[in-house]
Amino acid sequence: MKTANEITKTNNVPEDWQPLLELAAREVFEIMMGCKLEAQSPANPATAEITAMVGLAGQLCGLLTLRCSSQSAALMASKMLGVNVNQADEQMWDAMGEIANMVAGNFKNKLTGMADRCMLSVPTVITGSDYSCRSMADTGPLEVTLLFEGAPVTVAVEIHT
Amino acid sequence: MNKVRALIVDDSSVMRKIVERSIRQAGIDLAEVREAANGAEALGALQDSTVDLILCDINMPVMDGIEFLRQLQTIECAKGVPVVMITTEGSESHVVQALSIGARGYIRKPFTPEQVKEHVVPLLENKK
Repeated sequence: MKTANEITKTNNVPEDWQPLLELAAREVFEIMMGCKLEAQSPANPATAEITAMVGLAGQLCGLLTLRCSSQSAALMASKMLGVNVNQADEQMWDAMGEIANMVAGNFKNKLTGMADRCMLSVPTVITGSDYSCRSMADTGPLEVTLLFEGAPVTVAVEIHT
Repeated sequence: MNKVRALIVDDSSVMRKIVERSIRQAGIDLAEVREAANGAEALGALQDSTVDLILCDINMPVMDGIEFLRQLQTIECAKGVPVVMITTEGSESHVVQALSIGARGYIRKPFTPEQVKEHVVPLLENKK
């Protein structure tokens, strides 16, 4: 497993982080929503109607984002709360933030030695797709798109070395 | 087990509801559930009522769960009330820090209702 110092040397996110990010997302969806995320082939990134962001600080600095359609976000909230989608509309922003937070925490806890050396911000959730985000990251993005109830959900991590 | 008055502290309202549901699924009979969005609100809630159990997140705005634990020690009516941390912060240093200043349990998010049962029920049984 590469450390953050090794990333600095190469400006590339280690290849073995991709499956860890995917596993982190799969575990959160399965445990908190009882849903298995499916692989998508070819992987088309999700439409970003709702984007949740969690900052990473410390030895690992950067930004984790979770994005999907508003319909998927409402469905996630309904599954987390065990209520109908109509009843979960108001909770979808909160739910997205919490899912992003759990994926970020689960991901960094899987990186050797990073649990202690990387802190998470509280989540921020934005609505709409007409935005640009500058995270100061200087590595290529690590991105995973999986299907949640048939619709794409994209989790991405950008690292600032 | 007697009916339990619980205080759930988390900045996410969705997570507070999930924690409450998990407590009920653990077979714990809740008499009352109080909610707080951060440590400062939780301290305020404890000024006018007593509880039997506190479940608390760590990463929260205004006052985080670690500072809440520290200040909780100064509240007379909260002494002996078991506090279980429920958080994404999974590092050993966080666990050790929380346990050293009064937390009685530590659950990492994502969590199952079974994990809540495993950590919370023994604390309530020991309190009887």
